[in-house]
Amino acid sequence: MQYLLMIYQDEKARAQMSGPQSDQLFQEYREFTQGIVTSGHFRAGARLQPTSTSTTVRETNGKRVTTDGPFAETKEQLGGYYLVECRDLDEAISIAARIPSVRVGGSVEVRPVAPTPER
Amino acid sequence: MNLGELHRREYGRILATLIRAVGDFDLAEDALQDAFEAALAQWPGEGPPQNPVAWLIATARHKAIDRLRRRALVAGKRDELAALLAQPEEDAPVPLDSLRLIFTCCHPALAPEAQVALTLRTICGLDTEEIARAFLVPVPTLAQRLVRAKAKIKHAGIPYEVPGDRMLPDRVDAVLAVVYLVFNEGYSASFGPGLVRADLCAEAIRLGRLLVELLPAEREPRGLLALMLLHDARRATRTDEEGELVLLEDQDRARWDRGKIAEGSALVEQALRGGPPGAYALQAAIAALHAEAPSAHDTDWRQIAALYGVLASVHPSPVVELNRAVAVAMADGVERGLALLDTIHLPGYHLLPAARADLLRRLDRRAEAAAAYREALTLVTNEAERRFLERRLAEVTRARE
Repeated sequence: MQYLLMIYQDEKARAQMSGPQSDQLFQEYREFTQGIVTSGHFRAGARLQPTSTSTTVRETNGKRVTTDGPFAETKEQLGGYYLVECRDLDEAISIAARIPSVRVGGSVEVRPVAPTPER
Repeated sequence: MNLGELHRREYGRILATLIRAVGDFDLAEDALQDAFEAALAQWPGEGPPQNPVAWLIATARHKAIDRLRRRALVAGKRDELAALLAQPEEDAPVPLDSLRLIFTCCHPALAPEAQVALTLRTICGLDTEEIARAFLVPVPTLAQRLVRAKAKIKHAGIPYEVPGDRMLPDRVDAVLAVVYLVFNEGYSASFGPGLVRADLCAEAIRLGRLLVELLPAEREPRGLLALMLLHDARRATRTDEEGELVLLEDQDRARWDRGKIAEGSALVEQALRGGPPGAYALQAAIAALHAEAPSAHDTDWRQIAALYGVLASVHPSPVVELNRAVAVAMADGVERGLALLDTIHLPGYHLLPAARADLLRRLDRRAEAAAAYREALTLVTNEAERRFLERRLAEVTRARE
């Protein structure tokens, strides 16, 4: 099964992190990602730019409406993701728990990817 | 054994094995339901089969195959059917399957109320109406809860497995929490009108026994079973004929269930042996001291206070501190207990002002006691407890005038 691991954290706190702390976190991410690539769980993953760079697109009365900012204002923001292949939810949870941001107060939402309908 | 008893005793075990075989909760439940209906139709006329459990498993398996065949015709899906047909037939429930089912139902990825409902529905075999009545929720709400939980198990990939060694302690804790929740729901509501709720205590004890049997190397299931038995031994004496609350010190100890006390006490000893004590074992040890004491006065309160102290270090909680303060009041004097109570912060919990009120009453500080009873009355929700607090309030105010 595939799971999307969505990494949420407080962007402001992340931005205020000191240089060495930030470097340390990056290093941990590099090691973590290498680890799940080696173990065969990794399918995709990336860090996202902060929500100050995001744009939301909708359609209202057949007209495209583009607005600045994220879909919803929340205390924690989506900051990155991994797509992983796991045997079951327990395996996905144990991988999610090792994501470096968890150590610094972030949280990870584990969402199963719906299977592609058979044709 | 009649069919009803067979359902009570074997439903969960058979279901557990079926779920593993067919790989689907709903299909397994439907097939087992079909099998029990077939038994109801056939056994009275033909007489029950020699091995009713084997008959039920075989019949449910065939019913599952029938259902999958019908589905395969409609949806063109043959994989599940092929997988089931490839499995060897079994004629007895596999104990490991019951354990798998428990861990799946009590998976922390499910909401606590869903864990409880699913455990009672699948392992205990209670029907949706019974569970809804026991937890005082509308039947559709409860049914919806079960549907959602089963959908999550399927779509989120919650495994049907006993967790590995590294995860086992946490997951055992989660299972024990569900069982204790079921017990407390039955126990704290046993003043209420519903007899069904007393049945929850029996179900919880049954689950506790199952866990002790399935996890013989774990000590806390023994601790929890002991704790439940020792509480349950006193259940009949906690209320009088009018349904009014009777305090521990006023309960008729001759009516306590000695069989349950003996069994619980023996389990406590096993649970305390071989390592640092767990939270359930400690609570059970305290309950055993109460259960074995000839009267409230002749209770080893010092030992109880000490055990609460250990419990507070294993499992820090203001409720444990509250209980320790009351035990200290009994062992070392009311003032010492009262001083401890005043350090506890537990907003919204009626038993804190109620305990204060009781200690103040013992010290004959009636005005302060009355104020504390009034505070407790603003927080209490259980009717029997409310009436008890009102009686006490009337006593302290009447005596003052």
